[in-house]
Amino acid sequence: MIVFNVRSTWTIYKREVMRALRTAMQSILGPVLTTMLYFVVFGAAIGGRLDSGMAGVNYGAFIVPGLLLLTLLTESTSNGSFGIYMPRFTGAIYEPLSAPVGVGETLVGFVGAAATKSLILAAIILVTATFFVDYTIIHPLYALGFILLVSASFSLFGFILGIWADSFEKLGVVPVLILVPLTFLGGTFYSIDMLPEPWRTIAMVNPVVYLVNGLRWCFYGSSDVSIGVSLAMTLVFLAICVGFIAWIFKTGWRLRT
Amino acid sequence: MDSILEIRGLTKVYPGGLTALQGVDLDIRKGEIFALLGPNGAGKTTLIGAVCGLVRPTSGTIRAFGEDMRTHWRSLRARIGLVPQELATDMFEKVIHSVNYSRGLFGLAPDPAKIEEILRALSLWDKRDEQIRALSGGMKRRLLIAKALAHEPELLFLDEPTAGVDVELRRGMWQQIAKLRELGTTVILTTHYIEEAEEMADRVGIIQAGRIRMVEQKAVMMKQLGRTEARITLARPLAQLPGTLNGFSVSLTDGGSELSYRGGDGAGGGKAEVADLTKALIAAGIDYTSLDIRESSLEEIFVDLLDGAEQ
Ligand SMILES: Nc1ncnc2c1ncn2[C@@H]1O[C@H](COP(=O)(O)OP(=O)(O)OP(=O)(O)O)[C@@H](O)[C@H]1O
Ligand SMILES: [Mg+2]
Repeated sequence: MIVFNVRSTWTIYKREVMRALRTAMQSILGPVLTTMLYFVVFGAAIGGRLDSGMAGVNYGAFIVPGLLLLTLLTESTSNGSFGIYMPRFTGAIYEPLSAPVGVGETLVGFVGAAATKSLILAAIILVTATFFVDYTIIHPLYALGFILLVSASFSLFGFILGIWADSFEKLGVVPVLILVPLTFLGGTFYSIDMLPEPWRTIAMVNPVVYLVNGLRWCFYGSSDVSIGVSLAMTLVFLAICVGFIAWIFKTGWRLRT
Repeated sequence: MDSILEIRGLTKVYPGGLTALQGVDLDIRKGEIFALLGPNGAGKTTLIGAVCGLVRPTSGTIRAFGEDMRTHWRSLRARIGLVPQELATDMFEKVIHSVNYSRGLFGLAPDPAKIEEILRALSLWDKRDEQIRALSGGMKRRLLIAKALAHEPELLFLDEPTAGVDVELRRGMWQQIAKLRELGTTVILTTHYIEEAEEMADRVGIIQAGRIRMVEQKAVMMKQLGRTEARITLARPLAQLPGTLNGFSVSLTDGGSELSYRGGDGAGGGKAEVADLTKALIAAGIDYTSLDIRESSLEEIFVDLLDGAEQ
């Protein structure tokens, strides 16, 4: 008996990626433009006035990993959630549900496509960023691994969101009310060390702090939190999402009536 | 008799507490066209959903191709196709991509010739590069059929396949479905057009309030429940029925100016009796000016049956 249907998975993946390319204007150009605006305003305009830089790095360069992460988190989440929410909304979900595909194929297909889109975005952002700020990546392999991990985790998180949501409102609420604040408060534009106590300690329960610092370490070799802790926290997040997904599919929650 | 689908004691209680199916037993034979008839909310879509993996049965078993759906769902679903009742698909996708996707999703290698054949058969080949939203309602429905056929299923569910399709195309689709049967595909369809069941089905099942009320060969059902109705307009009104007509199930209507006959078996028996009736009238010297005779349709049978059940 076949346990994993490669062709079905590839079919789902390909279609989802094609759907993203079809709406490239909105799904790729939009986020890239937003990120560029941040670089111009914070990196070039404001950063130019901060002679001392931050944490030993030029400010424009300092915010590159944070901004990249901000984009990765929000885009992975929204790609992952829309990818599965739309067929639920239109009813097109009947097709994968009636096909010989299980949790594995559905997940790899949908989440893989969402993560792929995030990776394309990340690449475009990193390339365009070179026009605005000078930055380096000390540990490129780690950076790649980290970006992959974050994209996959948050696409999966988005997938859960897309299964949980029963309205467009709920779909939008988590990114806007939770993800964006956590990212801004998580040291995207500043070093956590700059915060006075008790805010610094409070900040440490924000999971995004570990993500931002993990990526920052990949870029500049130093960060507020050690890379080991960052990696561990990211993996824990991924594991929680995977566990949740397993439970959702085991109970058929919201997919099958 | 070869069963391709065996449903036993299938019950579905939706989360809200509504019981959509109550202990449904149903056997579908290999190669037949089975029509499932029933009023709105009877449980037709739920029944189909339970077989196709959209609805989780509360209890009961479903066996397809001799194997339990629960344990062999992967291999079994690959052999089953579904055309849903609702027009549900990504409207911005191109027709050809959508049909190719359906085939790939079921794990089959691309086969452009096969896809072309399917699209041509459903008169959609010219529309292959259109976005689905640019198709008319009837075309969209045919597209859903094309998608369901893309993986060449042996057992095909059509949940109201011809809703919103015009009369001419509907006939065309009936021919398509008949052709599928010739190729060995078993078809289960639901419909509100009794004409459709009458035209195509080998057997008819009637479902009401989540229970199968009757499953019969179409011809047998017509025979059991069918009725021939005849109205004979008399040249001169009669005050009472002459004794020579005692053996016939006739009555005087319209103030005695009309003779109404109701009887027969839905399989021609009634017509023969009406012929005898007219001979008896002539023999008795009763003149008549017109004769109207008709067979009641499955629709009327269906309404009669459901009315009977409610009383
Ligand atoms: N997802 C659902 N949640 C709760 N109740 C449902 C759900 N789907 C259907 N029902 C209920 O189950 C019953 C059977 O519905 P079903 O769709 O199977 O009927 P149907 O015979 O297909 O009707 P129609 O001819 O209108 O398509 C109805 O009372 C309906 O309201
Ligand atoms: Mg229905």
